[in-house]
Amino acid sequence: MKNIADWAFNTATQRGATYADARIVDDRQRSLATKNGKVGHAGSGESLGVGIRVLVNDAWGFAASDDLSRESVDATAAKAVEIAKASAKVKEEGIRLAPEPAVKVEWATPCKIDPFSTSIEQNLDLLTKIDHELLAVKGVTLAESNMHLGRYEQWFYSTEGSDIHQTRTITGAGFGAYSFQGTEIQKRSFPNSFGGQYQTKGYELIDELKLVENARRIGEQAVALHKAEQCPQGNMDLILDSSQLGLQIHESIGHPIELDRVLGMEANFAGTSFLTLEKLRTLKYGSDIVNVVADATEAHGPGLGTFAYDDEGVAAQCTPIITNGQFTGYISSRETAHTIGETRSNGTMRAEGWNRIPLIRMTNISILPGTKPLTFDQLIAGTDNGIFMQTNRSWSIDDKRYNFQFGCEAAWEIKGGKMGRMFKNPSYSGITTEFWNSMDAICSRDQWTLWGTPNCGKGQPMQTMGTGHGAAPARFKGVKVGTAYKGN
Amino acid sequence: MLDQSQAQRIFDKVKKFSSVGEVEVIFSSTNYSLTRFANNMIHQNVSELNEVASIRVAFDGKTARATTNRFDDDGLKRAVQSAEGIAKVQEPDADHLPMAKAEEGKPAAGKDGGAYPSRSFEQTAAITPADRADAVGKIVDVAKKNKLVTAGIYSSSDSAEAIINSNGLSAFHRQTSAEVSITMLAGDSSGWQKANSSDARNLEPVHLAEIAAHKARDSRSPLELVPGKYTVILEPAAVLDLVGFMFWDFGGMAVLDQRSFLNNRIGTKLFGENITIIDDVRHPLQSNAPFDGEGVARTRVNLVDKGVVQNLVYARSTAAKIRTSEYAGKVGEIRVTGHGFPLPNEMGEAPANIVFITQGNEQTVDQMIASTERGVLITRLWYIREVNPYEKMLTGMTRDGTFLVEGGKVKQGIRNFRFNQSIIDTLNNVEAMGKAVRASGEEAFDMVVPAMKVGGFNFTEVTKF
Repeated sequence: MKNIADWAFNTATQRGATYADARIVDDRQRSLATKNGKVGHAGSGESLGVGIRVLVNDAWGFAASDDLSRESVDATAAKAVEIAKASAKVKEEGIRLAPEPAVKVEWATPCKIDPFSTSIEQNLDLLTKIDHELLAVKGVTLAESNMHLGRYEQWFYSTEGSDIHQTRTITGAGFGAYSFQGTEIQKRSFPNSFGGQYQTKGYELIDELKLVENARRIGEQAVALHKAEQCPQGNMDLILDSSQLGLQIHESIGHPIELDRVLGMEANFAGTSFLTLEKLRTLKYGSDIVNVVADATEAHGPGLGTFAYDDEGVAAQCTPIITNGQFTGYISSRETAHTIGETRSNGTMRAEGWNRIPLIRMTNISILPGTKPLTFDQLIAGTDNGIFMQTNRSWSIDDKRYNFQFGCEAAWEIKGGKMGRMFKNPSYSGITTEFWNSMDAICSRDQWTLWGTPNCGKGQPMQTMGTGHGAAPARFKGVKVGTAYKGN
Repeated sequence: MLDQSQAQRIFDKVKKFSSVGEVEVIFSSTNYSLTRFANNMIHQNVSELNEVASIRVAFDGKTARATTNRFDDDGLKRAVQSAEGIAKVQEPDADHLPMAKAEEGKPAAGKDGGAYPSRSFEQTAAITPADRADAVGKIVDVAKKNKLVTAGIYSSSDSAEAIINSNGLSAFHRQTSAEVSITMLAGDSSGWQKANSSDARNLEPVHLAEIAAHKARDSRSPLELVPGKYTVILEPAAVLDLVGFMFWDFGGMAVLDQRSFLNNRIGTKLFGENITIIDDVRHPLQSNAPFDGEGVARTRVNLVDKGVVQNLVYARSTAAKIRTSEYAGKVGEIRVTGHGFPLPNEMGEAPANIVFITQGNEQTVDQMIASTERGVLITRLWYIREVNPYEKMLTGMTRDGTFLVEGGKVKQGIRNFRFNQSIIDTLNNVEAMGKAVRASGEEAFDMVVPAMKVGGFNFTEVTKF
């Protein structure tokens, strides 16, 4: 692969590039889904290509091609230079890259069972079994299961001398049960909504999820929701399960700390951020027990944001984002690090594929578990009057990431330290900093899960990226509950 | 750019490599470029060439697909073997149909056999990075003239898609596209405009920049209003993003799966008398290929007539299945409409070319404002998600130009609201409509929709800007 990069760099530098990098990506996927016990989607995919990014006259150009012949690579590099020269025509200030040492690295996701070594028959058999368990529940009107296996192999080279070969393996699966009765469609999902759980792991994840074992219980909950009371409206103490807290982190911490958003680079599409630069180390983001990190290192766990080097050749790092409630860090790139007085990027530039440029993306944005032992049962037992919500159903937040509203699939009343009746159509809303400052308890490490969000959209053209979010069940005081149905 | 004869040659190879009964290949070929700007400068500028072959095999009631962008013999063979391997281990599906025949790819005579407008324009395909930079430079000039900061995109593309199968069906479509989206930012306000067209000459970047700048200027120092029910004037992009969430439910499979809000409601008057909606790929303001994911010719479908839900769209297998189901006789006309997704899939089909038909008495947005004693003018909606699937209740935010209307005039900008609002209620409370235009947003695919004045729109919260 190095010769492909060399062709690109020769052409680019001869035409005026002062910096260039090339990413050659071989992306392989298997995607299976069943519906009501029959195969719904069954497919595989592979995509190979090169993306060449250049700096000319301190402005960016990028071109990508699926043709790796010398002629095509030369033409693609020349096109990237032509594009960069056009960029330079509308320039306020030049691009400044924070220095980064050149490295030569080989890295691969730790993986016990190569997912592509498993048979399709085995994959489909599992999904069909789940569907049958769900359909065994009277009242389940639609059963859907899915599995996604991926291997993303990338060779990164730069004119600064970096040579990084990484292979990331991704496994994910989950299911959903729908129940339609009268004028209502209810749904329960496991282990999470929108595809289930995803990690950078081998097929061992599928066994760990215990999908078949949980199917009947989840199907029964979907049907039971029809008989549940409507979620009440009012301010109350709210306990979130770890998957919903993971999404809460994603939307109200992960996105606002993206430095490109803060600097206005996403203003037309994904939006900006309330976390303007003067808030760094001055804003009380959350209560004293809120500690959040952006951690892409292998030590953090098999998150969708785990890697060895980012897509501009910067090593994976752990950055404190919120420390004892204080806002302490953004996620950055080589181009943006200087705007917050840093001399080095904290390594969060990631591209969806060979045909997209890297952007600042969440890695694993995780809340650290409580330091004192606290199980979920103890958290409930310590709550006199409140509501517990589980599994996301809808999510929405404004374009500066202040006002949010989340809906969950199911909720349960908490009275006198005990879980009580079920509620349907639960929702809660708030303002980001007020919400995080209301957190008064979080479970300990044994309750902490590193969730994968496989579908985070950002950029133009749109890129979808997987992000990781470690979370444990937590309690928030006096949250607005039931607002989605206010006035309806 | 892949042409029809190249696609045919590759298909012939794929067919030779396959050891099973039926083979289909969907080709896509894209030359796409996008210039992105922010802080009054170009900060990202990209271009992509990619060609993909998506190969489906079918035999004994089993089918599977494999996709590759490697067109050498090894790459194609590997994809064929992968598809065959995935199909072989499946249980036969009694609902599986043979691949579409050649005649199914041809439009029928009559209203669907009319001329298909050209959607490929040489001038658009020939746009260079320098051309896009020039246009961005002019947008930046508008921003600077107004002491604003701008962000947005200018993109252009030339693409081809083809579908060929072993039953003799062969369809090819080539299309160009250009798009401009502009945000203008002031200290505490913003404005936005977006447009796209197959023909870049229809875009007016400077005009759009002027409108976005005007909105940003006029919404400065936004007032905070109390949430509640308001009359709203939704500009076309806001209408598009809101109504876009309901069309996934207009597929036959959604009704069969009982995940559609139209279950038990087809044939009933669900919306106001003034709501008529069709799906028509041949409409001059529409885009896309005239065939679906199986190569079947797209046909015009009357979805809603004067508020009554009339028909759904159908892929081939869904139409066959619903005819023998409990829904036959309850869902209007059942016919293959040419709206299927590539097989195999679990979603079936969905409308793709929505057109709202207005019935005279169209009003301009200015006329709607003039007739409003107190209301809210909305440029754009954002982050819309479904809260209640059967009542089609959605939540989301206003964004980039939200104004208080009082005494028939735009009074001043207001802080952005969160809404929780049913689409059914919305389309029952349309007090006035504009001329339907091609609108472009971020939450739904482009449609031909009018601006609307809607009563009793439910805002539940207000944000801090």
